[in-house]
Amino acid sequence: MTINTSRRGFLKGAAAAGAVLLVGARPDGVLAAASSETAQFNPFVKIDADGTVTAIVKHFEKGQGPATGLPTLIAEEIGLTMDQIEYEFAPSDPNVYNNLLFGPFQGTGGSTAMANSWLQYRQAGAAAREMLIKAAAQSWGVDASGITIEEGIVKAGDKSAPIAEFVAAAAQLEAPAEPRLKDPSEFRLIGNAAVRRKDSAIKGNGQAMYAMDVHLPNQMVAMIKRPESKGGIALGFDDSASKEVKGYISAAVLPNQAGVAVYAENTWAAIQARDALEVDWDMSGAETRDSDQIRSEIMAALDAEPTYNVNKADVAAVSAAIDGADKVVEKTFYFPLLAHAPMEPLNCTIEQTAEGDIVLHDGAQMPTGPHMAYQQIFQLPPEKIHIKTMLAGGSFGRRATPDADYQVEAALAFVVTDRSRPVKLVWTREDDIRSGYYRPAFGHKVRVGLDTDGNIVGWQHQIAGQSVIKGTAFEAVLVHDGVDHSSVEGVADSPYAIPGMAVGLTDTPKATTVLWWRSVGHTHTAYAMETMMDLVAEAAGRDPVEFRLAHLSDSANPDQQRKAAVLKLAAEKAGWGNAPAGRSQGIAVHKSFGSYAAEVVEISGDPEDGIKIEKVTCAVDCGIAVNPDVVKAQMEGGIGYGIGHVMRDQITLTSGAVDQSNFPDYEPLRISDIAAIDVHIVPSAEAPTGVGEPGTPPSAPALANAIHTMSGILVAEHPMAENGVSFA
Amino acid sequence: MSLTLKLNGQTHTVDAEPGTPLLWVIRDELKLTGTKFGCGVASCGACTVHLNGEPVRSCQTYIEDVEDAEITTIEAVGDDKIGAAVQQAWVELDVVQCGYCQSGQVMSAVGLLSENPKPSAEEIDEYMYGNACRCATYQRIRAGVQRASEILEA
Repeated sequence: MTINTSRRGFLKGAAAAGAVLLVGARPDGVLAAASSETAQFNPFVKIDADGTVTAIVKHFEKGQGPATGLPTLIAEEIGLTMDQIEYEFAPSDPNVYNNLLFGPFQGTGGSTAMANSWLQYRQAGAAAREMLIKAAAQSWGVDASGITIEEGIVKAGDKSAPIAEFVAAAAQLEAPAEPRLKDPSEFRLIGNAAVRRKDSAIKGNGQAMYAMDVHLPNQMVAMIKRPESKGGIALGFDDSASKEVKGYISAAVLPNQAGVAVYAENTWAAIQARDALEVDWDMSGAETRDSDQIRSEIMAALDAEPTYNVNKADVAAVSAAIDGADKVVEKTFYFPLLAHAPMEPLNCTIEQTAEGDIVLHDGAQMPTGPHMAYQQIFQLPPEKIHIKTMLAGGSFGRRATPDADYQVEAALAFVVTDRSRPVKLVWTREDDIRSGYYRPAFGHKVRVGLDTDGNIVGWQHQIAGQSVIKGTAFEAVLVHDGVDHSSVEGVADSPYAIPGMAVGLTDTPKATTVLWWRSVGHTHTAYAMETMMDLVAEAAGRDPVEFRLAHLSDSANPDQQRKAAVLKLAAEKAGWGNAPAGRSQGIAVHKSFGSYAAEVVEISGDPEDGIKIEKVTCAVDCGIAVNPDVVKAQMEGGIGYGIGHVMRDQITLTSGAVDQSNFPDYEPLRISDIAAIDVHIVPSAEAPTGVGEPGTPPSAPALANAIHTMSGILVAEHPMAENGVSFA
Repeated sequence: MSLTLKLNGQTHTVDAEPGTPLLWVIRDELKLTGTKFGCGVASCGACTVHLNGEPVRSCQTYIEDVEDAEITTIEAVGDDKIGAAVQQAWVELDVVQCGYCQSGQVMSAVGLLSENPKPSAEEIDEYMYGNACRCATYQRIRAGVQRASEILEA
């Protein structure tokens, strides 16, 4: 293979034995050239001799759409239809496929897949287009400026040919230094609501392959027997009853003693053999607290002096202003632990090749995590470890563990075998609910003072909970002056113009293993902010929409203007203030992951006999909506995820053990819970921002505000169903 | 023990102990992976297959009870016109997100349309209640069932 790069770092290679055009970019932008079989590089787009174009997608697909969105960027720039482009998931390579917002780390999260790929993948596509056009110009003897590529056909005057004709010649060319990106006025695919998902058909007919569907020849299924409470240590086991299970192979204490691996010929045998296994546990170091105690610790922290004065406020002055205010609105909130519960229980499969390489088959959200961990566990250089990214059956953050928890668990279960058989680690739903990582419990205590004209004179906001980031590899990057921003995001950086705001944070002790959960801190901060805005508006005798707009009125502040625009659009589309008889509305608006979302929830019924969610109207500004229908779907899903959990769900602990175990007691949102969702996208020329998460934060406070309007009850503790609200 | 199953129009001989859920025979023995494991307690519907045309949760259906039944999985449900219509509607409306529950959603939707060709939104909600979707694609599932009903009517 020969590789030539231009000054700007574009790479292209022409395989000696066949016309394959590969175009990629290097993050360092340094010149690179190579001409040996081994000096391969990983591209963003590959065009085979027959003209087959494949986008190499660096983000995993958990439903949020990169397997459609990233190929769209390339197809747009080359000039293809969506049927003319295929996709493959990228291998693990943190130097090429890193998330540009994460540094040298390949991973999906923070709703960044499109935001960080937007220019990169378009540039790759544009470079491929220019090389094909240059090859055509040379072949036809015409000027490149007169050549176009549309729907995969290269055209110049009366000449036309499919791109396949020029792949071989294009592969011999230098990559352009600065390929011209299409002007938005030229877009045919980007922003086109008719562009369909690439993965719909295979997900509707059973052909889609998730990690759970991997069946390697001669594989064993492993399940882990874990302690009732986190921190228990396995000392030994008795598998005499397991031996009665047909298909049981063996068991082994994991090297870290966190559990016992049970190996079987198939999944059902593994389930039964694990049930039958008796383990001798040392529980002396295990978590013993009840969730009530965790709640008490959080509540006590809210009443004490906070550890961190997050926004360096003059707290004494703010407090004095509130004390001297005409009216004071005060509320304390509590948000329980929550599980992610992605539909596909966690699993992955490890095999060792004849050459001694390790291959991981995984719905890999952050391939760099297991890739680094495996270098340690298997004592191998990075090039001997390979990660095959499969479709993922949801995540909501669960697969993005900084410690690569389940991939490491699988490696430990594999490393204690003789490695002659692949090991497929499978979690059950009970494992997922009981042994998981959780959205941390958080408390907020908010005091707001109003003057006689109904203007805010002070907003004192205390937050307490267990940090998601501290103690992880991300701490150095994401914690500043002791403050884990993910604990206060959405409050400390709210676009609202609020005079006299003081934000305090106290980290509470480690209660269980915690993790980002769809929209991270915004899951609780948006609820506290947006229900408080309603309570304060009510105290001021003002309409909730008008009151919010009054705090988003700086015409020179685009953040406020964009937030105000979605608020106005959602209110308009929902018929704000004109709810049909017997119905109540609530509204909330929140910025997260660079995007702005406003939602109006309309309900009927009453909290005693049951509330029915009749309609949710959403307005979102996520910059350019690359695929408007995927954006709408993400808003629909984000709303359902947010509302479903506040309605009914919480994780509780008794003596450190999780009380819930499966969907019957961690009840998912059901189809009948929300009658309709209507999403509107604000047209924008800004670069794309997040869509996977921003739909979630406003949904729960909008529901709470609707219930408050209906009944006067402001639910300040979740789940709602256990705090005074029943649902029809 | 050796059992004979009639699945997707073919006869399979499998070796499985009594009490083995049909789900694991389909997935691990027959290697038909479109039928999904989601909860194991008939609470999510991801494992839905048809037994003589009726949707059942294969995680709570035992192998010794299905020897005489015609079993249909997601891999073959599209051979039937209702299944084909549902799958067409699912693609037209881009119902799926992660997709992991969608085999079960399609199997239940086919079951619904088989007994009620033109269900109302309320009837869809009632019938599909047991099929959980953690991505919350419910609005499109509802629309997908209605669209499939239209396709079948045309």
